[in-house]
Amino acid sequence: MIKLTNVDKQYTDHHALNQVSVTFPEHQTTVILGPSGAGKSTLLRAINLLERPQAGQLTIGEQTVDFSQPIANKEVLALRRKTAMVFQSWNLFPHLTILQNITAGPIHVLKQDKAAAEAVALKLLKQVGLEETAHRYPGQLSGGQQQRISICRALAMNPEYILFDEPTSALDPEIEAQVLRILQDLAKDQHSMIVVTHNMEFARRVADQIIFVEDGQVAFAGSSTAFFNRPTQRIADFLDAMKF
Amino acid sequence: MWQIIQSSLPEILWAGIKYTIPIAVISFAIGLVIAAITALVRISIPRGNAVGKALWQVARGFFSFYVWLFRSTPLLVQLFIVFFGLPNVGIQFDAWTAGIVTFSLNTGAYASETIRGAISSLPNSQWEAAYSLGMTYRQVLFLVIFPQALRVALPPLSNSFIGLVKDTSLASSITILEMFMVSQQIASHNYQPLLMYSLVAVVYALFCTVLSILQHYLEKRMSRYVVAQGE
Ligand SMILES: Nc1ncnc2c1ncn2[C@@H]1O[C@H](COP(=O)(O)OP(=O)(O)O)[C@@H](O)[C@H]1O
Ligand SMILES: [Mg+2]
Repeated sequence: MIKLTNVDKQYTDHHALNQVSVTFPEHQTTVILGPSGAGKSTLLRAINLLERPQAGQLTIGEQTVDFSQPIANKEVLALRRKTAMVFQSWNLFPHLTILQNITAGPIHVLKQDKAAAEAVALKLLKQVGLEETAHRYPGQLSGGQQQRISICRALAMNPEYILFDEPTSALDPEIEAQVLRILQDLAKDQHSMIVVTHNMEFARRVADQIIFVEDGQVAFAGSSTAFFNRPTQRIADFLDAMKF
Repeated sequence: MWQIIQSSLPEILWAGIKYTIPIAVISFAIGLVIAAITALVRISIPRGNAVGKALWQVARGFFSFYVWLFRSTPLLVQLFIVFFGLPNVGIQFDAWTAGIVTFSLNTGAYASETIRGAISSLPNSQWEAAYSLGMTYRQVLFLVIFPQALRVALPPLSNSFIGLVKDTSLASSITILEMFMVSQQIASHNYQPLLMYSLVAVVYALFCTVLSILQHYLEKRMSRYVVAQGE
């Protein structure tokens, strides 16, 4: 389980997270929705400590840290090992081949044997239909291919949770569907996932839980059915605005 | 004339192999390490408690001062201060060590700016992607940041290295018997300064040309993944 308790993140001129408390159950897919600038990325990045909130607690599994205290580097690394992140613009390492991109974490962080790590990487590449790209560089591939590879990079770490920050926002619609299908399969396989997205269809079909964030606050947390039943005027307005 | 060249060239080349090249290579290697540390201290954001932050600020001030000092004074003056000046305060180096120390510090100051620029040119998302995999600071640096920064920094660093090879001629002023000093000595015996200095110039040019070729080869090799992007 991942749990945030009273998490507060203040930028110099913006209160990005305002007393956020939220729980992400294991083996479930939580979709985070909300308008642009609401604090969705900040929330996600607080979980793997790419952002440091000023206050509140983060619990992942057995480990809890208090953001108002200095966090030992060892603890940061241990927490980060429990999650893996898929970024909006994939952020593959351009100087490494696809295979090296996927095995860098397993070899250097998890201390896996190189041959074993490569075997896993090739298996993952096969699952997303990209095994023939193993020895190419990211710059030679399309955005959709790179995003699928970044999903492999995350999976290769065998994380407790996978965090997705708008994984398809930079992709063309037909490519988006391809990537979302992979996410859907992962959800079916009971992976624990937290997905920030603007794709309502995905939220409706895949989310076990929906978190609606606005102005740095959690304005709704509940089932997808409850959410799409328009429990508040604000959510109804948001859902209407997402239509065209 | 051939006679003179034939008799003096081996001596000059030998001085090059014994002093010029080792001084340049060793100083550059040490300089790069100094440069990388300096660049990292100057770009990183202080973390931790108040004492840690204060110490970090002091370190940054120190490295900034160092870079300023070596970039705003002539190399020849630096060599004189280290070799002839420091003994006055009890710090004594032999000429060889004084040369290495000065050339390393000088290279470090210039190269740190190059490396700082190269690292800063990489998108922050590269750090984040690496950190999100659970890598340590050191792993992020050596696996993700330095390889990419090196590609960006390679042309200016190559220029620095070629510059350093030529600047080693200044070591003659602190009694090091490098190529220029040797040709000077030969010229003072055979009264052929034009021939001797031209000869040593050709040898410097030869060294530097080889380095340029090496640079092009390395640039090509390191840019494989970027060239690929154009496909
Ligand atoms: N590094 C930063 N410095 C200042 N403000 C920031 C920074 N990062 C994000 N913000 C602000 O915090 C708010 C929330 O950002 P973000 O979490 O990225 O929103 P979302 O992902 O929901 O679009 C935004 O208003 C944004 O401008
Ligand atoms: Mg965002």
